[in-house]
Amino acid sequence: MTPQFLFFCLAIVAITAALGMLIARSPVSSALWLILNLFCVAGLYLTMNAQFLAVVQVLVYAGAIMVLFLFVIMLLNVAALPSVRDIDWRLGVGFVLGVALLAQLSYAIASSTDLMPAEVSLESTVATGSVEVVAKELFTRFAMPLEMIGVLLLAATIGAVLLARRVSPK
Amino acid sequence: MLQTFFPLFLQLLMAGGLALTLLLGAKYLGPKRPNLIKRQVYESGMDPVGSAHQRYSVKFYLVAMIFIVFDVEVVFLYPWAVTFKDFIAAGSGLGVLAVILPFIAILAIGLLYDIKKGGLDFDS
Repeated sequence: MTPQFLFFCLAIVAITAALGMLIARSPVSSALWLILNLFCVAGLYLTMNAQFLAVVQVLVYAGAIMVLFLFVIMLLNVAALPSVRDIDWRLGVGFVLGVALLAQLSYAIASSTDLMPAEVSLESTVATGSVEVVAKELFTRFAMPLEMIGVLLLAATIGAVLLARRVSPK
Repeated sequence: MLQTFFPLFLQLLMAGGLALTLLLGAKYLGPKRPNLIKRQVYESGMDPVGSAHQRYSVKFYLVAMIFIVFDVEVVFLYPWAVTFKDFIAAGSGLGVLAVILPFIAILAIGLLYDIKKGGLDFDS
């Protein structure tokens, strides 16, 4: 099982889940598809040796951001969408072809200019993506920004408490 | 490098496979004798009445926001938890502690403020 094989397997599942999210009828099924998609993207990060990013992906996106989505679904009365069969299939085919053309064109443009990202060796990704490297930078060079993030999160907490405060009747 | 995560992928595969097998097995192997009562939404034995969409207390929103804030905190605590022993071995354990403890303290102020303001008090 090579990383490439795993990468393509995960990529196929991720794209399928993304499509499922788009064409799901009820918002709750859409949310479930999105969770599958987010997990697959976390797996993609792992195949590229970005373990920290993978963990953050699951923690923040599949955790916190999904909570926000579910909140919106719960609070707003989101009705189920009309069935896919009501959507013109020619629109879908045209969309897929258009995206394929865009991908080809951007690939051609990127490879003829120097916009194409250089190939990265597996060893160098291990040297940047692992938790140990991130921690070393975070707690030494970026210690002060870390405290600033703490203050920012404190401000977010206080803002949320103030927003949800019961206004006393006068 | 990827080999270290092989058990993780295997576990995900097994969990997903088991869930799929059980769901599909119940769908295609199980007997189906539906009637009106069985097809009703389960509502703890009560008759389901009306829509589930009602006005909720804004407290739920507050809990969600606090969860997101502390979720982001965990993102920064996680590399600390993984590497703290290495830092101690390298002799800089106290220095890292001096970075992470103020960070936790700053966020604890937010939690204390929330508790003081009654944000987690659902009875009132």
